[in-house]
Amino acid sequence: MTPVCELSALRPEQGVAALLPDGSQVAVFLTFDGSVHALDNIDPFSGAAVLARGIVGDRGGRPVVVSPVYKQAFDLTTGACLDSPDHSVAVHPVRVRDGVVELT
Amino acid sequence: MSTRTLVVVGHGMVGHRLVEALRAKDVDDQWRIVVFGEEARPAYDRVALSSYVDTWRAEDLELGPLEGADLRLGDAVVSVDRDRRVVTSASGAEVSYDALVLATGSVPFVPPVPGRDLPGCHVYRTIEDLDAIKATVDRSTRRIGRHSGMVLGGGLLGLEAANALRGMGVSPHVVELAPRLMPIQVDEGGAGLLKRLVEKLDLTVHTGTSASSIELDGDRLIAKLTNGLELDLDVVVFSAGIRPRTDLDLGLPLGPRGGYLVDDACRTSDPNVYAIGECASIEGTVYGLVAPGYSMAEVVADQLCGAASVFPGADTSTKLKLLGVDVASFGDAHATTEGALEVVVNNAVAGTYSKLVVSDDAKTLLGGILVGDASQYAMLRPLVGKDVPAGLLEPGGSAELSLPPDAQVCSCHAVTKQTITDAICAGVCTDVPTIKACTKAGTGCGSCVPMLKQLLTECGVEQSKALCEHFDHSRAELFEIVRATRITSFTELVGKHGRGRGCDICKPAVASILASLGNGHVLGGEQATLQDTNDRFLANMQRNGTYSVVPRIPGGEITPQKLIVIGEVARDFGLYTKITGGQRIDLFGATVDQLPEIWRRLVDAGFESGHAYGKALRTVKSCVGTTWCRYGVQDSVGLAIELELRYRGLRSPHKLKSAVSGCARECAEARGKDFGIIATENGWNLYVGGNGGFTPRHADLLVSDVDTESLIKYIDRFLMFYIRTADRLQRTSAWLEGLDGGLEHLREVIVDDSLGICADLEAAMAAHVEDYADEWRGVLEDPEKLARFQSFVNAPGTPDPTISFREERGQRVPVLLGIPEVAQ
Ligand code: SRM
Ligand SMILES: Cc1cc2nc3c(=O)[nH]c(=O)nc-3n(C[C@H](O)[C@H](O)[C@H](O)COP(=O)(O)OP(=O)(O)OC[C@H]3O[C@@H](n4cnc5c(N)ncnc54)[C@H](O)[C@@H]3O)c2cc1C
Ligand code: SF4
Ligand code: FES
Repeated sequence: MTPVCELSALRPEQGVAALLPDGSQVAVFLTFDGSVHALDNIDPFSGAAVLARGIVGDRGGRPVVVSPVYKQAFDLTTGACLDSPDHSVAVHPVRVRDGVVELT
Repeated sequence: MSTRTLVVVGHGMVGHRLVEALRAKDVDDQWRIVVFGEEARPAYDRVALSSYVDTWRAEDLELGPLEGADLRLGDAVVSVDRDRRVVTSASGAEVSYDALVLATGSVPFVPPVPGRDLPGCHVYRTIEDLDAIKATVDRSTRRIGRHSGMVLGGGLLGLEAANALRGMGVSPHVVELAPRLMPIQVDEGGAGLLKRLVEKLDLTVHTGTSASSIELDGDRLIAKLTNGLELDLDVVVFSAGIRPRTDLDLGLPLGPRGGYLVDDACRTSDPNVYAIGECASIEGTVYGLVAPGYSMAEVVADQLCGAASVFPGADTSTKLKLLGVDVASFGDAHATTEGALEVVVNNAVAGTYSKLVVSDDAKTLLGGILVGDASQYAMLRPLVGKDVPAGLLEPGGSAELSLPPDAQVCSCHAVTKQTITDAICAGVCTDVPTIKACTKAGTGCGSCVPMLKQLLTECGVEQSKALCEHFDHSRAELFEIVRATRITSFTELVGKHGRGRGCDICKPAVASILASLGNGHVLGGEQATLQDTNDRFLANMQRNGTYSVVPRIPGGEITPQKLIVIGEVARDFGLYTKITGGQRIDLFGATVDQLPEIWRRLVDAGFESGHAYGKALRTVKSCVGTTWCRYGVQDSVGLAIELELRYRGLRSPHKLKSAVSGCARECAEARGKDFGIIATENGWNLYVGGNGGFTPRHADLLVSDVDTESLIKYIDRFLMFYIRTADRLQRTSAWLEGLDGGLEHLREVIVDDSLGICADLEAAMAAHVEDYADEWRGVLEDPEKLARFQSFVNAPGTPDPTISFREERGQRVPVLLGIPEVAQ
């Protein structure tokens, strides 16, 4: 159970990055319908820790974030890369409790 | 190893093509090629000769470089010894040949009018001819009113020459012996309309008459016409037709209308001697167009490589836009086929004329003439000799046209519909540019391009204008929706006019539209979530996730004091520093957290955002101009700064670049810019649609010799018109190329206000100038926006541990990042 931030710190469709105790990073997103998602922050195509800074939207109804570097889309619910079946990022289970976003 | 020698006499368009074709076909290098050219310059695009008066730059007409041939320029062949198979040139060089190709072109025909050799009388065939015409006009001492000129000949070339004279500030009289203009291509009805249309454009047309004499009166020329009129002139241009050039006498038979007589394989009666292009009389016919010449070149290249090949016959259809008037003529335009029927629609009000010629049973299309509106030409021409499509002949006249596979779609390069559709269906070609690249279709005169688009549609390649899966509209349509409805947020727009939650295509496009229409700070409220990578943090993201910082340096002018500030900031934050290609300085390697601190220092020192990240105005480059340069004729730095300050922050479909040069030497490279300005003695020339980058394009001259106030007015209108109508990420170059009616249309809209929108465009620009505020200052003054510039939501101030640097040439550069293992 790792608390990340207050829910109020998130804005719809605008990701933030969080530093985990082991030095790794997650990208946390609040989508327009109010759900919260967390993915690994490192973009597998460039190696840069930037996924939190991508544009959030949908592809055929699936919620996605688009990497700001070379623009591949990643499914927020599964971490799958929709532009390359060989790539994906890890998904972190999250929940919101008492107004706090936590990784479970 | 080359074992045989080909000598080509004449380095014109067709001679040039022959060398290209042979080099491509002669895979095992059998042939050594020697080309003699009488003109001192290499072959150029004579078809586009008239465009030379727009820029007076011969380079713009160059054909590709000639590779794999020994080119002897400025050295004409003076004799040929067919027995010994040796040619001798003017310089005395002797070259023996195994095959000889005559490609000597034509000479202009000058009717035997007394006075035709006086100074001030010219022909219209070469770059030198145009230079000489300009020299005459420049020398003319007329002080009052416009210069006046006469073009003798009202055919296609005569009208082109008249247009060129107009471009030199001369009012032309066109004198044509036949009772109508363009007698070869157009019939009476079409020519009547054509005359009315061109007369509106400062041309005076005299038909059914000719010049009986030309006399010198002081330094002026007086032409007497056979109908009794006298014209007082500064310059005379003869354009009364061409004659095949056969002054090189080989003792070979000539055709009935001149020209070296050849068979359908382009061979003269001497099996080692060929003739191609305008000097050839192929089975008795001489062609004055380049496309038949190109097919002859291909035929000879085949023969030389041992392949049997014959001239396929030629399409003499023409389409041109003269003085903004469309004229097209194709197939049996004059209905000379026995029993041919004509269907004529002459609309005097709309200013259009169309005639279709069909066979006696009305089943086969034979030809036609279109004046005023030739938009149907690309579809109709390939149908000549084929079935008349259903509905075509009914009143109102257009039809769903579908071409048979063997129809020639591009006659410049002899490309059939089949070739193109095969390439589309194989997935090789997905749009017009790729069709051009892989089949060559559309790369000649360009008149088949509309047909290429239609073929894409026919093959099911959807040329959808939909922006993306979330909007069915094009960017231009969305722009109009936002402008008309005053919607100010993406959520409202996608809710009312789209679907879903958007993506990386539509969100930045909508962000740009909202910004162009002035909706506050680009990171205000929801807008922050729409911005693409770089706009999101008002800086350019680099490969390791750090950012670069580019302060605006208008016109490239900077005080030493400000330079020192930049140096100090770079030193204090350890930023890699580089001079950009845009006359300013880029500081690399800033982390998200550092951006506001860096910008605070810069803004305090008087800098503002340079928008290196935005689809917005980048730089207006300048040269030093009159202030320092001994050649400068205007203050280019002053104007560049004025323009950069006027248009800074202007959001557009793609980035905008500009430059101002102080004289025609063009040190600021203005013609490579979206809008470029070059100083003249009398003011400024404005060029638009230039591009460096991926597909370089020289900008086109929009207006010349205007004062600063008019210049700015035209730029305001140009930019706003572009912003309203371009596609997303379409630079002005591609936009202009795709614009229906091209440069001429643009000029009508921007200069003549043909759409009546100029006042509106100017008002929109005035609003932009009024509302401009520095984006970075806007961030620094707003704690809510500032809060977003942090690496980690749960550890503010902690730098991103994945970022590290090493040193190279005394500066910090990123350590290459490892790519994580691919997770399956
Ligand atoms: C910094 C600079 C190179 C340099 O060190 O000199 C540069 C750097 C970049 N260029 Fe450029 N271009 C730079 C001058 C140019 C020029 C030359 C010029 O402007 O005179 C050109 C050709 C001229 C033109 O645009 O017509 C140029 C043609 C491009 C293109 C191709 C555009 C095209 O129409 O084909 C791109 C890609 C794009 O925009 O889609 C591009 C994109 C980029 C980007 C933004 C790519 C990116 O997204 O990371 C680079 C990042 C800049 C950064 O991080 O700050 N850059 N780029 C130059 C900045 C000039 C400035 O002060 O603003
Ligand atoms: C203003 C203008 C507009 C035109 N518009 C069009 C158009 O829209 N569409 C179209 O299809 N066509 C057009 N044409 C015609 C087109 O330019 C010609 O069909 C084409 O250039 C013919 O090519 P060519 O190689 O046969 O002749 P040219 O291009 O004339 O080349 C012949 C070359 O041979 C050289 N030469 C001659 N004798 C010798 C010798 N003894 N030794 C060495 N060199 C010699 C000449 O100096 C010349 O450079 C236009 C022409 C002009 C002038
Ligand atoms: S463009 Fe002309 S004025 Fe400007 S620096 Fe070059 S030579 Fe001088
Ligand atoms: S017909 Fe001229 S380019 Fe195709």
